[in-house]
Amino acid sequence: MRNLYALLAGSLFGAGLHISGMTDTAKVQGWLDIFGDWDPTLAFVMGGAILPMAIAWRVAAVRKAPLTGGSFPEPPEPRLGRNLVIGSVLFGIGWGLAGLCPGPAVASITYGGSGVVVFMLAMLAGMGLAPRARSYLDRAVPAE
Amino acid sequence: MEMDWIRGLLGGLLIGSGGAVYLLANGRVMGASGIIGGLVDGSGRSTAGERASFLAGVVLLPLLLTLAFGGVATHVTGNLAVLVVAGLLVGTGTRIANGCTSGHGVCGISRLSLRGIVATCFYIGAGGLTVILFRHLLGII
Repeated sequence: MRNLYALLAGSLFGAGLHISGMTDTAKVQGWLDIFGDWDPTLAFVMGGAILPMAIAWRVAAVRKAPLTGGSFPEPPEPRLGRNLVIGSVLFGIGWGLAGLCPGPAVASITYGGSGVVVFMLAMLAGMGLAPRARSYLDRAVPAE
Repeated sequence: MEMDWIRGLLGGLLIGSGGAVYLLANGRVMGASGIIGGLVDGSGRSTAGERASFLAGVVLLPLLLTLAFGGVATHVTGNLAVLVVAGLLVGTGTRIANGCTSGHGVCGISRLSLRGIVATCFYIGAGGLTVILFRHLLGII
């Protein structure tokens, strides 16, 4: 049952990325490019996505457990930490360079051509390197 | 242009609904980088089965929609170096920061998580500066 719900969630996510135009790197870079021909679409996508999600968090707060059992996620960690900032900056640079983030890269893997496949392989390699990058950061930048 | 924001809003609602299902049914935060990353390094609480099922949906629906209604433009760069560097940065960065546009952006902001909001400010800021630098000043992308 968990897998079926996950498939449903992924299908909604994938359809949403596709329909919203977020698999089009020109629209993503067009939103980031405030000095170019600015494309507002991404703001509508974000707003549209946050709405049902905000309701879902409210519902989760009054329910005992998820439908398939187990427990809901812990409340958000209040500490920010340097990894959050450094990681987000690295991610942002990559996102700006290619106009791709993990979700849209997966969603367009069948029709984005070899470019998306190359990006995906590099992304998986990057994810594999992340634990090493994290321990490097631990040594290079003292914890706050 | 008007069509674009209607599609954006509609697609956004679907994205958020996917996150709502993943939260209320499975008790998980729908973050693409976390769901993929857990398959790479085995971290996190979700099972490999639910991760793979989720990703199957993410791949399948866009494929079915292109088969039914025709293809869409992706405008992915042909510059191999840019793709490799960008992929490495996105992969490493999202895992170090513990989230990307879906996890920190959609799921974090919607529960007013300070981490989600701060992460989103930093990746949007870095992304914006990157586009300005590499497009307008260097002319690479």
